[in-house]
Amino acid sequence: MGTIWVHAETNNGAVSTITLELLAKARELGDVVAVHAGGDAEQVAAELGEHGASKILSTGDLDGGLPGPALGSALADLAASEAPQAILFGTTYGGRDVAGRLSAKLDAPVITNIVDIVDSDGLVGIEPVFGGTTNVNTKFTGSKPGIFLVRPKSFNAEPTGGSPAEVGALTVPELGATGSAKVVSQFVEESDGPKLDEAGVVVSGGRGLGEADKYQMIEDLAKKLGGAAGASRAIVDAGWVPYSYQVGQTGKVVKPDVYIAAGISGATQHMVGMKGSKTIIAINKDPEAPIFSIADLGIIGDVHKVLPALLAALGE
Amino acid sequence: MKVAVCVKQIPDPADPGEIDPNTKTLKRDTKLILDESDSYGVEMALQLVGDDGEVVLVSMVPNNERNGLNNALAMGAHSALLVSDDALSGTDALGTAKVLAAAIKRIGADLVLAATESSDGYTGTVPEQVAELLGLPSVTFAKEVSVDGGNVAVKRQTEDGYDEVTCPLPALVSVTAGVVEPRYPSFKGIMAAKSKPVEELGLADLGIDAASVGWAGGGQEIVSIEPAPAREAGEIIEDEGDGHERIVAFLQELKVI
Repeated sequence: MGTIWVHAETNNGAVSTITLELLAKARELGDVVAVHAGGDAEQVAAELGEHGASKILSTGDLDGGLPGPALGSALADLAASEAPQAILFGTTYGGRDVAGRLSAKLDAPVITNIVDIVDSDGLVGIEPVFGGTTNVNTKFTGSKPGIFLVRPKSFNAEPTGGSPAEVGALTVPELGATGSAKVVSQFVEESDGPKLDEAGVVVSGGRGLGEADKYQMIEDLAKKLGGAAGASRAIVDAGWVPYSYQVGQTGKVVKPDVYIAAGISGATQHMVGMKGSKTIIAINKDPEAPIFSIADLGIIGDVHKVLPALLAALGE
Repeated sequence: MKVAVCVKQIPDPADPGEIDPNTKTLKRDTKLILDESDSYGVEMALQLVGDDGEVVLVSMVPNNERNGLNNALAMGAHSALLVSDDALSGTDALGTAKVLAAAIKRIGADLVLAATESSDGYTGTVPEQVAELLGLPSVTFAKEVSVDGGNVAVKRQTEDGYDEVTCPLPALVSVTAGVVEPRYPSFKGIMAAKSKPVEELGLADLGIDAASVGWAGGGQEIVSIEPAPAREAGEIIEDEGDGHERIVAFLQELKVI
């Protein structure tokens, strides 16, 4: 078995969930080394070790610099001597940046949007397309490390009780102009209730709501069920709700116990982000809406009638 | 200020088409339209340059298609550089980035804008690959963009909120949907678009080796395409005024309430 590098994303000593998910897969495929940009490598070494990483190689604090060029360049240099079999990234804001920079540096392609990796005479990435009805299985043909971008929630994060990862340094080469973007300040948007990608219940609204004001019904229902409110890309693009509400290919991938889609027809874009939900309830007036093909319970009806009645029935 | 906007012409997402069993890539033989994601970059560029700047579109296709470009020109972009070459068929994200980077280099731009990802392939890696190939700094996933002198200031989407990032020009910025409200082309704009300059180049004109792009140049191979395990069909009922009751009962069965 070869060596698998996993991009470890952390925030002040907290390891992101997707990193732990990637580690769970990587340790099945080979010896795992976490690669990291940030000042908290020592703090996360124990947790990464518990999840299967034998080492963490870190650039250290980037002093406001973005991880893309710094980590991308450092990894490109190291890959030349270490030749890992594969480098796994989560499909996150940071993961895509580093993978893109690294790909261009190495002149090596990225296999994107995958939900599984299997070892079959080389690593094969499995990418669902057409709203998850079809899987495209792709492998690398060259001798360069395989760069994979993996969708969140593809694997179950689970500690195995390994000892703390050994901490080592990653050298960032001189970046020139590419390293000149700097983070000046960071803002955390507080929201009450569970986070969209962690909630047990997600209620999402789409264009079928008709107008922005009607989205309040989605918020109300989510609140009554102790869940989070989400949205289709159509109404995010229309400006009804912020981008952070978006469920789908471009937005968040969710896998709640219960997903309620109200006034959402089920564009591929959207289905990819919620198809893994345990139970799906759909309300839509169009009986031909694709969302019904994946719904456990489908109500063919007008959201403007069904939702108010549902809210009233659920009472306080 | 000169802004280059990367735009992609894609099959209508309302009719996503199918995979060609021979090439194992998406069939793109239908009429192509401007990727809606790119309308945000075009609008952003138009707002940033104001009255005295220039917005140049950069796009690539294997088949001379211009329909989507015309739409962006009708919005107000000043000109376009279209790289069209049969050899581009099946080109992956990195190959695309190589072509776009060469095209942008030829134009020269203070700022390069792109969407965060296309609506048909959605790899989401092209902007960062283009920036690296051009040796530019980049800020991806912008939800707000402003230019002040020689710097671009960006509110960049993060998992928990956003970061304020500044970056000296020239630079590349990828914009999220909703960063601005794209205008609809006016009748005047549509008429004006017909006479706007569209330069069409082949790979050789840009000094790109055809073997480094296209499907063969990609360094990856589609091993197989299979139907994904389908979800079991559920219960679909027509609302006769009692649909909500069925939902309540179902939520009770699931012990959500």
